[in-house]
Amino acid sequence: MSKLSVEHLLSIKNLTKKDIELIFRTADNFKRIINQPIKKVPTLRDITIANLFFENSTRTRLSFELAEKRLSADVINFSSASSSVKKGETLIDTVNNILSMKVDMVVMRHPNPGAAEFLSRNVDALIINAGDGAHEHPTQALLDSFSIREKLGKVKGKKVVIIGDILHSRVALSNFHCLQKLGAEVRVCGPSTLMPKYLDSLGVKHFTDIKEAMSWCDVANILRIQLERQDVNYFPSLREYAMVYGTNKELLDSLEKEIVVMHPGPINRGVELSSDVADSDHSIILDQVENGVAIRMAVIYLLASKLKK
Amino acid sequence: MIERLAHQLIENHSDFSDTILVGLQPRGVEFTNRILDKLMQISKNKNIKSGSLDITFFRDDFGRRESPIEAQELDMNVSIEGKNVVLIDDVLFTGRSIRSALDALMSFGRPSQVELMVLIDRRLKRHLPIQPNYVGKTVDSILSEKVIVRWNSKNTEDEIILLKSENE
Repeated sequence: MSKLSVEHLLSIKNLTKKDIELIFRTADNFKRIINQPIKKVPTLRDITIANLFFENSTRTRLSFELAEKRLSADVINFSSASSSVKKGETLIDTVNNILSMKVDMVVMRHPNPGAAEFLSRNVDALIINAGDGAHEHPTQALLDSFSIREKLGKVKGKKVVIIGDILHSRVALSNFHCLQKLGAEVRVCGPSTLMPKYLDSLGVKHFTDIKEAMSWCDVANILRIQLERQDVNYFPSLREYAMVYGTNKELLDSLEKEIVVMHPGPINRGVELSSDVADSDHSIILDQVENGVAIRMAVIYLLASKLKK
Repeated sequence: MIERLAHQLIENHSDFSDTILVGLQPRGVEFTNRILDKLMQISKNKNIKSGSLDITFFRDDFGRRESPIEAQELDMNVSIEGKNVVLIDDVLFTGRSIRSALDALMSFGRPSQVELMVLIDRRLKRHLPIQPNYVGKTVDSILSEKVIVRWNSKNTEDEIILLKSENE
Protein backbone atom coordinates (compact mmCIF):
# COMPACT_ATOMS: atom_id res chain seq x y z
CA MET A 1 0.00 0.00 0.00
CA SER A 2 1.41 3.33 -0.91
CA LYS A 3 -1.01 5.54 0.97
CA LEU A 4 -0.96 6.86 4.52
CA SER A 5 -3.85 5.87 6.77
CA VAL A 6 -4.19 9.42 8.10
CA GLU A 7 -5.30 12.73 6.57
CA HIS A 8 -3.09 14.90 8.77
CA LEU A 9 0.17 14.30 10.58
CA LEU A 10 -0.82 15.23 14.12
CA SER A 11 1.00 12.67 16.20
CA ILE A 12 2.94 9.45 15.92
CA LYS A 13 0.38 7.83 18.17
CA ASN A 14 -2.21 7.63 15.41
CA LEU A 15 0.17 6.39 12.72
CA THR A 16 0.47 2.68 12.01
CA LYS A 17 3.71 0.78 11.66
CA LYS A 18 2.99 0.52 7.93
CA ASP A 19 2.64 4.30 7.69
CA ILE A 20 6.02 4.79 9.30
CA GLU A 21 7.65 2.26 7.00
CA LEU A 22 6.09 3.93 3.97
CA ILE A 23 7.40 7.30 5.11
CA PHE A 24 10.88 5.79 5.52
CA ARG A 25 10.84 4.19 2.07
CA THR A 26 9.73 7.47 0.52
CA ALA A 27 12.36 9.38 2.49
CA ASP A 28 15.05 7.03 1.12
CA ASN A 29 14.18 8.28 -2.35
CA PHE A 30 14.14 11.90 -1.30
CA LYS A 31 17.49 11.49 0.42
CA ARG A 32 18.92 10.39 -2.92
CA ILE A 33 17.31 13.40 -4.57
CA ILE A 34 18.74 15.95 -2.15
CA ASN A 35 22.18 14.53 -2.87
CA GLN A 36 21.80 15.01 -6.63
CA PRO A 37 23.41 17.91 -8.48
CA ILE A 38 19.94 19.45 -8.83
CA LYS A 39 18.13 18.88 -5.59
CA LYS A 40 14.68 19.90 -6.64
CA VAL A 41 11.76 17.95 -8.08
CA PRO A 42 8.67 19.54 -9.63
CA THR A 43 6.15 17.29 -7.87
CA LEU A 44 4.22 19.85 -5.80
CA ARG A 45 4.27 22.68 -8.35
CA ASP A 46 0.70 23.77 -7.77
CA ILE A 47 0.53 23.35 -4.00
CA THR A 48 0.84 26.13 -1.46
CA ILE A 49 2.00 25.48 2.07
CA ALA A 50 1.82 27.86 5.02
CA ASN A 51 4.37 27.50 7.81
CA LEU A 52 2.79 28.86 10.96
CA PHE A 53 5.19 29.12 13.85
CA PHE A 54 3.63 30.40 17.05
CA GLU A 55 6.78 29.43 18.90
CA ASN A 56 10.46 29.97 18.16
CA SER A 57 12.25 27.52 15.94
CA THR A 58 15.27 27.54 13.67
CA ARG A 59 15.99 24.00 12.63
CA THR A 60 12.46 22.72 12.19
CA ARG A 61 11.26 25.78 10.33
CA LEU A 62 14.23 25.86 7.96
CA SER A 63 13.99 22.13 7.47
CA PHE A 64 10.29 22.29 6.58
CA GLU A 65 10.85 25.26 4.33
CA LEU A 66 13.68 23.54 2.48
CA ALA A 67 11.65 20.36 2.15
CA GLU A 68 8.76 22.33 0.69
CA LYS A 69 10.99 24.22 -1.72
CA ARG A 70 12.77 21.07 -2.87
CA LEU A 71 9.34 19.71 -3.79
CA SER A 72 8.60 22.95 -5.69
CA ALA A 73 5.70 23.94 -3.46
CA ASP A 74 4.93 27.60 -2.89
CA VAL A 75 5.69 28.60 0.67
CA ILE A 76 4.46 31.35 2.95
CA ASN A 77 5.96 31.87 6.37
CA PHE A 78 4.43 33.26 9.46
CA SER A 79 5.77 33.76 12.92
CA SER A 80 3.61 34.98 15.74
CA ALA A 81 6.00 37.71 16.84
CA SER A 82 5.20 39.85 13.81
CA SER A 83 1.52 39.06 13.33
CA SER A 84 -2.04 39.94 14.23
CA VAL A 85 -2.06 37.27 16.91
CA LYS A 86 -0.61 40.02 19.06
CA LYS A 87 -3.75 42.04 18.28
CA GLY A 88 -6.00 39.35 19.74
CA GLU A 89 -7.02 37.29 16.71
CA THR A 90 -7.99 33.67 17.50
CA LEU A 91 -6.12 30.70 16.06
CA ILE A 92 -9.02 29.55 13.90
CA ASP A 93 -9.55 33.05 12.50
CA THR A 94 -5.87 33.46 11.74
CA VAL A 95 -5.69 30.14 9.94
CA ASN A 96 -8.97 30.61 8.06
CA ASN A 97 -7.75 33.96 6.81
CA ILE A 98 -4.60 32.34 5.53
CA LEU A 99 -6.57 29.51 3.95
CA SER A 100 -8.84 31.89 2.08
CA MET A 101 -5.72 32.91 0.20
CA LYS A 102 -5.87 29.39 -1.28
CA VAL A 103 -3.40 27.51 0.87
CA ASP A 104 -3.54 23.71 0.71
CA MET A 105 -1.46 22.64 3.66
CA VAL A 106 -0.52 24.07 7.04
CA VAL A 107 2.61 23.24 8.99
CA MET A 108 2.13 24.48 12.52
CA ARG A 109 4.11 24.77 15.72
CA HIS A 110 2.18 26.00 18.71
CA PRO A 111 2.94 26.23 22.45
CA ASN A 112 -0.35 24.54 23.43
CA PRO A 113 -0.63 20.74 23.42
CA GLY A 114 -3.35 19.59 21.04
CA ALA A 115 -3.33 22.78 18.96
CA ALA A 116 -2.75 20.86 15.73
CA GLU A 117 -5.51 18.38 16.52
CA PHE A 118 -7.86 21.25 17.35
CA LEU A 119 -7.05 22.98 14.09
CA SER A 120 -7.54 19.84 12.03
CA ARG A 121 -11.11 19.57 13.34
CA ASN A 122 -11.98 23.18 12.71
CA VAL A 123 -10.42 24.21 9.42
CA ASP A 124 -10.37 22.73 5.95
CA ALA A 125 -6.71 22.03 5.19
CA LEU A 126 -4.09 19.35 5.67
CA ILE A 127 -2.29 19.90 8.95
CA ILE A 128 1.24 18.84 9.83
CA ASN A 129 2.14 19.17 13.47
CA ALA A 130 5.62 20.66 13.86
CA GLY A 131 5.44 20.49 17.64
CA ASP A 132 2.55 21.29 19.96
CA GLY A 133 3.71 22.25 23.44
CA ALA A 134 4.94 19.30 25.47
CA HIS A 135 2.74 16.88 23.50
CA GLU A 136 4.22 15.59 20.24
CA HIS A 137 6.75 16.46 17.56
CA PRO A 138 6.12 13.70 15.02
CA THR A 139 8.58 14.62 12.27
CA GLN A 140 11.43 14.77 14.78
CA ALA A 141 10.65 11.26 16.03
CA LEU A 142 10.43 10.00 12.45
CA LEU A 143 13.79 11.46 11.55
CA ASP A 144 15.33 10.09 14.77
CA SER A 145 14.18 6.56 13.99
CA PHE A 146 15.12 7.01 10.33
CA SER A 147 18.65 8.00 11.41
CA ILE A 148 18.90 4.96 13.71
CA ARG A 149 17.74 2.74 10.85
CA GLU A 150 20.35 4.30 8.58
CA LYS A 151 23.17 3.99 11.08
CA LEU A 152 22.41 0.54 12.56
CA GLY A 153 20.55 -1.06 9.64
CA LYS A 154 17.26 -1.47 11.48
CA VAL A 155 15.31 -0.15 14.43
CA LYS A 156 13.70 -3.38 15.54
CA GLY A 157 15.32 -4.90 18.62
CA LYS A 158 17.57 -1.90 19.29
CA LYS A 159 17.81 -0.43 22.75
CA VAL A 160 17.33 3.31 22.93
CA VAL A 161 17.66 5.45 26.01
CA ILE A 162 16.33 8.99 26.06
CA ILE A 163 18.18 11.15 28.53
CA GLY A 164 17.17 14.39 30.17
CA ASP A 165 14.08 16.51 30.50
CA ILE A 166 11.36 14.02 29.54
CA LEU A 167 8.61 15.92 31.35
CA HIS A 168 8.71 18.97 29.07
CA SER A 169 9.71 17.14 25.92
CA ARG A 170 7.46 16.57 22.93
CA VAL A 171 10.37 14.86 21.22
CA ALA A 172 10.43 12.19 23.92
CA LEU A 173 6.74 11.33 23.71
CA SER A 174 6.79 11.08 19.92
CA ASN A 175 9.95 8.99 20.13
CA PHE A 176 8.37 6.55 22.60
CA HIS A 177 5.48 5.89 20.22
CA CYS A 178 7.65 5.73 17.11
CA LEU A 179 10.33 3.45 18.54
CA GLN A 180 7.83 1.14 20.19
CA LYS A 181 5.83 0.81 16.97
CA LEU A 182 9.00 -0.12 15.14
CA GLY A 183 9.88 -2.76 17.72
CA ALA A 184 12.71 -1.03 19.59
CA GLU A 185 12.98 -0.99 23.36
CA VAL A 186 12.92 2.49 24.92
CA ARG A 187 13.96 3.56 28.37
CA VAL A 188 14.60 6.94 29.90
CA CYS A 189 17.23 8.41 32.16
CA GLY A 190 17.25 11.63 34.16
CA PRO A 191 16.32 13.17 37.48
CA SER A 192 13.01 11.84 38.86
CA THR A 193 11.62 15.35 39.00
CA LEU A 194 11.79 15.54 35.20
CA MET A 195 9.94 12.28 34.58
CA PRO A 196 6.29 12.43 33.51
CA LYS A 197 3.62 10.30 35.17
CA TYR A 198 2.63 8.53 31.95
CA LEU A 199 5.88 6.51 31.71
CA ASP A 200 4.37 3.44 33.39
CA SER A 201 1.36 3.37 31.09
CA LEU A 202 3.71 3.28 28.09
CA GLY A 203 5.89 0.61 29.68
CA VAL A 204 8.97 2.83 29.63
CA LYS A 205 11.47 2.04 32.38
CA HIS A 206 13.50 4.68 34.14
CA PHE A 207 17.24 4.75 34.92
CA THR A 208 18.51 7.15 37.55
CA ASP A 209 22.15 6.31 36.90
CA ILE A 210 23.48 7.47 33.54
CA LYS A 211 26.34 4.97 33.53
CA GLU A 212 23.88 2.11 33.90
CA ALA A 213 21.69 3.56 31.15
CA MET A 214 24.63 3.95 28.80
CA SER A 215 25.86 0.42 29.31
CA TRP A 216 22.38 -0.90 28.54
CA CYS A 217 21.68 0.99 25.33
CA ASP A 218 22.71 0.93 21.67
CA VAL A 219 21.58 4.49 21.08
CA ALA A 220 21.47 7.44 23.46
CA ASN A 221 19.15 10.25 22.45
CA ILE A 222 20.05 13.22 24.60
CA LEU A 223 17.54 15.99 25.13
CA ARG A 224 18.05 19.61 25.96
CA ILE A 225 17.14 20.96 29.38
CA GLN A 226 14.21 23.21 28.47
CA LEU A 227 14.73 25.99 30.96
CA GLU A 228 12.13 28.13 29.24
CA ARG A 229 9.41 25.59 30.08
CA GLN A 230 10.48 24.98 33.67
CA ASP A 231 8.32 27.04 35.96
CA VAL A 232 9.92 25.75 39.18
CA ASN A 233 13.38 24.43 39.90
CA TYR A 234 13.48 20.74 39.10
CA PHE A 235 17.14 20.30 40.01
CA PRO A 236 19.59 22.35 42.08
CA SER A 237 21.72 23.83 39.29
CA LEU A 238 22.76 23.34 35.67
CA ARG A 239 26.29 22.67 36.88
CA GLU A 240 25.10 19.84 39.06
CA TYR A 241 22.92 18.46 36.25
CA ALA A 242 25.92 18.49 33.92
CA MET A 243 27.98 16.58 36.46
CA VAL A 244 25.35 13.92 37.17
CA TYR A 245 23.56 13.54 33.84
CA GLY A 246 25.89 15.19 31.33
CA THR A 247 27.34 12.98 28.60
CA ASN A 248 31.05 13.37 28.06
CA LYS A 249 33.92 11.53 26.43
CA GLU A 250 35.08 10.01 29.68
CA LEU A 251 31.70 8.37 30.19
CA LEU A 252 31.60 6.97 26.65
CA ASP A 253 35.19 5.72 26.90
CA SER A 254 34.35 3.84 30.07
CA LEU A 255 31.74 1.74 28.22
CA GLU A 256 32.56 -1.65 26.76
CA LYS A 257 30.82 -0.96 23.45
CA GLU A 258 30.38 1.88 21.02
CA ILE A 259 27.04 3.60 21.26
CA VAL A 260 25.38 6.07 18.93
CA VAL A 261 24.74 9.55 20.31
CA MET A 262 21.83 11.64 19.06
CA HIS A 263 20.45 15.04 19.97
CA PRO A 264 17.44 16.81 18.46
CA GLY A 265 19.11 20.21 18.94
CA PRO A 266 19.67 22.91 19.90
CA ILE A 267 22.57 21.64 22.02
CA ASN A 268 23.55 23.36 25.23
CA ARG A 269 27.20 22.46 24.98
CA GLY A 270 28.70 21.61 28.34
CA VAL A 271 25.31 20.94 29.94
CA GLU A 272 23.66 17.77 28.63
CA LEU A 273 26.39 17.06 26.09
CA SER A 274 30.07 17.95 26.07
CA SER A 275 31.72 19.34 22.96
CA ASP A 276 34.12 16.43 22.55
CA VAL A 277 31.16 14.05 22.23
CA ALA A 278 28.99 16.31 20.08
CA ASP A 279 31.79 16.54 17.51
CA SER A 280 32.95 12.91 17.75
CA ASP A 281 32.29 9.88 15.54
CA HIS A 282 29.71 8.65 18.05
CA SER A 283 27.46 11.53 17.21
CA ILE A 284 25.02 11.43 14.28
CA ILE A 285 23.57 14.82 15.11
CA LEU A 286 24.29 16.36 11.73
CA ASP A 287 22.98 13.27 9.91
CA GLN A 288 19.76 13.77 11.84
CA VAL A 289 19.49 17.28 10.44
CA GLU A 290 20.10 16.07 6.87
CA ASN A 291 17.57 13.26 7.28
CA GLY A 292 15.10 15.78 8.64
CA VAL A 293 14.70 17.37 5.22
CA ALA A 294 14.19 13.99 3.53
CA ILE A 295 11.66 12.87 6.13
CA ARG A 296 9.70 16.11 5.86
CA MET A 297 9.70 15.88 2.08
CA ALA A 298 8.30 12.35 2.40
CA VAL A 299 5.58 13.40 4.83
CA ILE A 300 4.54 16.40 2.74
CA TYR A 301 4.61 14.37 -0.46
CA LEU A 302 2.52 11.53 0.96
CA LEU A 303 -0.06 13.85 2.51
CA ALA A 304 -0.25 16.11 -0.53
CA SER A 305 -1.05 13.13 -2.72
CA LYS A 306 -4.36 12.99 -0.87
CA LEU A 307 -5.38 16.44 -2.07
CA LYS A 308 -8.12 16.19 -4.66
CA LYS A 309 -7.55 17.84 -8.01
CA MET B 1 15.01 -7.73 -32.13
CA ILE B 2 17.44 -6.89 -29.35
CA GLU B 3 20.35 -7.85 -31.56
CA ARG B 4 19.20 -5.46 -34.27
CA LEU B 5 18.76 -2.62 -31.75
CA ALA B 6 22.22 -3.31 -30.38
CA HIS B 7 23.72 -3.12 -33.86
CA GLN B 8 21.96 0.17 -34.49
CA LEU B 9 23.44 1.55 -31.28
CA ILE B 10 26.92 0.44 -32.26
CA GLU B 11 26.50 2.12 -35.65
CA ASN B 12 25.80 5.46 -34.02
CA HIS B 13 27.97 5.30 -30.94
CA SER B 14 30.92 3.13 -32.08
CA ASP B 15 32.99 2.60 -28.93
CA PHE B 16 30.50 4.08 -26.39
CA SER B 17 33.19 6.22 -24.76
CA ASP B 18 30.84 9.20 -24.52
CA THR B 19 27.62 7.29 -24.25
CA ILE B 20 25.50 6.33 -21.27
CA LEU B 21 22.53 4.01 -21.42
CA VAL B 22 19.81 5.00 -18.98
CA GLY B 23 16.92 2.64 -18.26
CA LEU B 24 13.66 3.94 -16.85
CA GLN B 25 12.29 2.34 -13.71
CA PRO B 26 10.67 -0.05 -13.42
CA ARG B 27 10.41 -1.87 -16.73
CA GLY B 28 13.00 -0.14 -18.84
CA VAL B 29 15.77 -1.41 -16.61
CA GLU B 30 15.45 -5.06 -17.57
CA PHE B 31 15.39 -4.07 -21.24
CA THR B 32 18.55 -2.00 -20.70
CA ASN B 33 20.28 -5.00 -19.16
CA ARG B 34 19.39 -7.14 -22.17
CA ILE B 35 20.77 -4.51 -24.51
CA LEU B 36 23.93 -4.23 -22.43
CA ASP B 37 24.48 -7.99 -22.47
CA LYS B 38 24.02 -8.07 -26.21
CA LEU B 39 26.34 -5.11 -26.77
CA MET B 40 29.09 -6.76 -24.76
CA GLN B 41 28.61 -9.99 -26.68
CA ILE B 42 28.88 -8.25 -30.04
CA SER B 43 31.54 -5.64 -29.42
CA LYS B 44 33.47 -7.23 -26.55
CA ASN B 45 33.41 -3.76 -25.01
CA LYS B 46 33.13 -4.03 -21.23
CA ASN B 47 33.19 -0.30 -20.46
CA ILE B 48 29.70 0.68 -21.47
CA LYS B 49 28.27 2.95 -18.80
CA SER B 50 24.68 2.67 -17.69
CA GLY B 51 22.27 3.91 -15.05
CA SER B 52 18.66 3.74 -14.08
CA LEU B 53 16.27 6.60 -13.55
CA ASP B 54 13.12 6.90 -11.47
CA ILE B 55 10.58 9.41 -12.71
CA THR B 56 7.98 9.19 -9.94
CA PHE B 57 8.53 12.70 -8.59
CA PHE B 58 8.60 14.21 -12.08
CA ARG B 59 5.29 12.80 -13.29
CA ASP B 60 2.56 15.20 -14.34
CA ASP B 61 -0.31 13.23 -12.82
CA PHE B 62 0.47 13.84 -9.15
CA GLY B 63 -2.74 13.86 -7.11
CA ARG B 64 -4.78 12.76 -10.12
CA ARG B 65 -4.40 9.08 -9.36
CA GLU B 66 -6.22 7.03 -6.77
CA SER B 67 -3.07 6.34 -4.78
CA PRO B 68 0.42 7.67 -5.36
CA ILE B 69 2.95 5.55 -7.15
CA GLU B 70 5.74 4.36 -4.94
CA ALA B 71 9.14 5.50 -6.10
CA GLN B 72 11.76 2.98 -7.18
CA GLU B 73 15.44 2.97 -6.66
CA LEU B 74 17.53 4.98 -9.02
CA ASP B 75 21.14 4.52 -9.80
CA MET B 76 22.91 7.38 -11.52
CA ASN B 77 26.48 7.08 -10.41
CA VAL B 78 27.77 8.27 -13.75
CA SER B 79 28.03 11.91 -14.74
CA ILE B 80 25.94 12.73 -17.79
CA GLU B 81 27.48 16.18 -18.25
CA GLY B 82 28.36 16.57 -21.92
CA LYS B 83 27.62 12.92 -22.71
CA ASN B 84 25.32 11.24 -25.19
CA VAL B 85 22.49 9.69 -23.29
CA VAL B 86 20.24 6.94 -24.61
CA LEU B 87 17.02 6.71 -22.65
CA ILE B 88 15.59 3.22 -22.71
CA ASP B 89 12.04 2.11 -21.92
CA ASP B 90 9.87 -0.83 -22.83
CA VAL B 91 6.70 0.74 -24.23
CA LEU B 92 6.25 4.24 -25.63
CA PHE B 93 2.62 5.35 -25.75
CA THR B 94 1.49 8.82 -24.73
CA GLY B 95 5.02 10.14 -24.36
CA ARG B 96 4.33 11.55 -20.92
CA SER B 97 6.74 9.24 -19.12
CA ILE B 98 9.48 10.25 -21.50
CA ARG B 99 8.72 13.92 -20.88
CA SER B 100 9.07 13.27 -17.14
CA ALA B 101 12.22 11.27 -17.76
CA LEU B 102 13.79 14.18 -19.65
CA ASP B 103 13.10 16.44 -16.67
CA ALA B 104 14.48 13.87 -14.26
CA LEU B 105 17.55 13.37 -16.43
CA MET B 106 18.33 17.09 -16.63
CA SER B 107 18.53 17.28 -12.85
CA PHE B 108 21.73 15.25 -13.09
CA GLY B 109 23.43 17.66 -15.45
CA ARG B 110 23.43 18.79 -19.06
CA PRO B 111 23.89 15.97 -21.55
CA SER B 112 25.11 16.93 -25.02
CA GLN B 113 22.52 14.76 -26.73
CA VAL B 114 19.61 12.58 -25.66
CA GLU B 115 18.21 9.73 -27.73
CA LEU B 116 15.30 7.42 -27.07
CA MET B 117 15.13 3.66 -27.54
CA VAL B 118 11.92 1.73 -27.01
CA LEU B 119 11.04 -1.90 -27.48
CA ILE B 120 7.46 -1.19 -28.51
CA ASP B 121 6.23 2.03 -30.08
CA ARG B 122 2.47 2.44 -29.86
CA ARG B 123 2.55 5.20 -32.41
CA LEU B 124 -1.12 6.23 -32.28
CA LYS B 125 -2.47 8.48 -29.54
CA ARG B 126 0.76 10.24 -28.64
CA HIS B 127 -0.01 13.16 -26.29
CA LEU B 128 3.27 14.95 -26.78
CA PRO B 129 5.61 15.50 -29.72
CA ILE B 130 8.06 12.72 -28.83
CA GLN B 131 9.59 10.28 -31.32
CA PRO B 132 11.95 7.40 -30.57
CA ASN B 133 15.29 7.04 -32.35
CA TYR B 134 15.42 3.26 -32.06
CA VAL B 135 12.30 1.11 -32.17
CA GLY B 136 12.03 -2.61 -31.61
CA LYS B 137 8.57 -2.92 -33.07
CA THR B 138 5.84 -0.49 -34.00
CA VAL B 139 2.33 -1.41 -32.94
CA ASP B 140 -0.88 0.25 -34.05
CA SER B 141 -3.07 -0.26 -31.03
CA ILE B 142 -6.08 1.60 -29.77
CA LEU B 143 -6.50 3.19 -26.36
CA SER B 144 -8.53 0.38 -24.78
CA GLU B 145 -5.85 -2.15 -25.61
CA LYS B 146 -2.91 -2.77 -23.37
CA VAL B 147 0.59 -3.81 -24.29
CA ILE B 148 2.46 -5.87 -21.74
CA VAL B 149 6.09 -6.87 -22.03
CA ARG B 150 7.13 -9.83 -19.92
CA TRP B 151 10.78 -10.54 -19.38
CA ASN B 152 11.21 -14.04 -18.21
CA SER B 153 14.29 -14.77 -16.25
CA LYS B 154 14.78 -18.50 -16.63
CA ASN B 155 13.96 -21.09 -19.25
CA THR B 156 10.73 -19.52 -20.44
CA GLU B 157 10.64 -17.13 -23.35
CA ASP B 158 10.16 -13.39 -23.24
CA GLU B 159 6.78 -12.36 -24.50
CA ILE B 160 4.98 -9.28 -25.69
CA ILE B 161 1.24 -9.45 -25.24
CA LEU B 162 -1.42 -7.27 -26.78
CA LEU B 163 -4.51 -7.34 -24.57
CA LYS B 164 -7.89 -6.29 -25.88
CA SER B 165 -10.31 -4.94 -23.30
CA GLU B 166 -13.18 -7.27 -22.56
CA ASN B 167 -16.11 -5.07 -23.44
CA GLU B 168 -15.18 -4.84 -27.09
